[in-house]
Amino acid sequence: MDSLGHAAVLALQLIAERDADVMNAVATSLTVSLTASVIACVIGAPLGVLVAIRSFRGRRPLLIVVNAMLGLPPVVIGLVAYLLLSRAGPLGSLGLLFTVKAMIIAQVMLTLPIAIALTHRAAEAAWRDYGDALRIDGASLVRCVSFVLALESAALLTAFLAAFGRAISEVGAITIVGGNIREHTRTVTTAIVLETSKGEIATAMALAMILLTLALLVSAAAFLLQQRASR
Amino acid sequence: MHRRRLIGLLLWLLAATAATVAFAQTAGRFIVLASTTSTDQSGLFGHILPIFKAQTGIEVRVVAVGTGQALQLGARGDADALLVHDRPGEDQLVAKGDALDRRDVMFNDFVIVGPKDDPAKIVGLKDAKAALGRIAAAKAPFVSRGDDSGTHRLELRLWKSVPIDIKAIGDGWYRELGAGMGPALNTAAAMSAYIISDRATWASFKNRQGLVLLADGDKALFNPYSSLLVNPAKGAHIRAADAKIWHEWLTSKAGQHAISSFKIDGEQLFFPSYAGAK
Repeated sequence: MDSLGHAAVLALQLIAERDADVMNAVATSLTVSLTASVIACVIGAPLGVLVAIRSFRGRRPLLIVVNAMLGLPPVVIGLVAYLLLSRAGPLGSLGLLFTVKAMIIAQVMLTLPIAIALTHRAAEAAWRDYGDALRIDGASLVRCVSFVLALESAALLTAFLAAFGRAISEVGAITIVGGNIREHTRTVTTAIVLETSKGEIATAMALAMILLTLALLVSAAAFLLQQRASR
Repeated sequence: MHRRRLIGLLLWLLAATAATVAFAQTAGRFIVLASTTSTDQSGLFGHILPIFKAQTGIEVRVVAVGTGQALQLGARGDADALLVHDRPGEDQLVAKGDALDRRDVMFNDFVIVGPKDDPAKIVGLKDAKAALGRIAAAKAPFVSRGDDSGTHRLELRLWKSVPIDIKAIGDGWYRELGAGMGPALNTAAAMSAYIISDRATWASFKNRQGLVLLADGDKALFNPYSSLLVNPAKGAHIRAADAKIWHEWLTSKAGQHAISSFKIDGEQLFFPSYAGAK
């Protein structure tokens, strides 16, 4: 308990002093994980709805694969992204390895299945209730998808928060494609791993507390936004 | 109404995404250096990189991994220069044409660390082989990095020289982790186990608990670091000119002086070793 108290004091100190390394890591963490989970939702949510309201060949296998991907360890996604982005890989000419963009790409790959799977589940229920009416109405596919998305905006928020939660907390994927470079690709999570390696347990714990605070703030902001939107 | 709100929300999110990605872009002269955890975590880079940048304007972005992975990053053309410590691996990389101009840069040594009560009685030994032999005879817990790093490769060579066939040991006292130096030290501290560490990481390690330095000073524990340039023939993306400036600087009087001026608690941790420093 004593060392936890010590870590809490240290966390407050790091924030009060606006410690440059910590501020950098916080900015990188937020940039990477917010961007990645937003992109994942923008792409994944319409896809999830589409899979729910249209039947096509290979729909079931697709759903099984997407749901299985939810359980993939981030380090595996990181390895796949590394092999794609490495200079010797197919996308190597883009020169993205060890940049923030590479980290965003890896986290989009990591969170896209969450966005698809969660919106799919909500959209299925909505489609059962409103599908027939929309069909009789002769609504276009785009209208159907946007109608379901608007109806299920609460589920969309849940999907976003789940995606963001997975992104902000992971360390395996971004370490491999980001390289944990100080001032560039070091995030709060990779810094926690680094400080633990150095035996600086109190600093690592202080960073962990900062990470928890960040997650709380983003979650609260998302809920407030949702509340205002549905009023 | 719902739909308009949703579209508004989506547009807002897209704008935020674009803004954050644009914000994340930074330019300037830099090279990517693949190096070891020992040089990074000891604080050496924190000391010498600002000096290098002040003198040349070039930023060095360090990717600190095990030497095995660092060599691999070089072979794939994912780094511009290497600073590593595994001579056989380095020579192999040069022989394959993946890297050029290997130079001695600095050295320090490995130390054998273990629990204060020292069940294998190795304290003060100057002979690493004898120390490992006693640890094996006592079946005292020993933690191995197990991650194909330079330190791990040295440890395996030492066991072989004892000679002990470490693969054939099934007693459970030899514990192979697959972890970096720091995590391995954390584990050894928690298990009161013996471990081989590079002196720099040990000196800067903060979570020692009951571990103390027990044996050092054997020539077999010599730990030389080399600088290598990734072969520019790997492609136009290799920042060859700036990497060359770094390589030359490390082996110049200025670079060698920067290395020897790095100290923790007054102790010098890396010793310059380039013979032709100008």
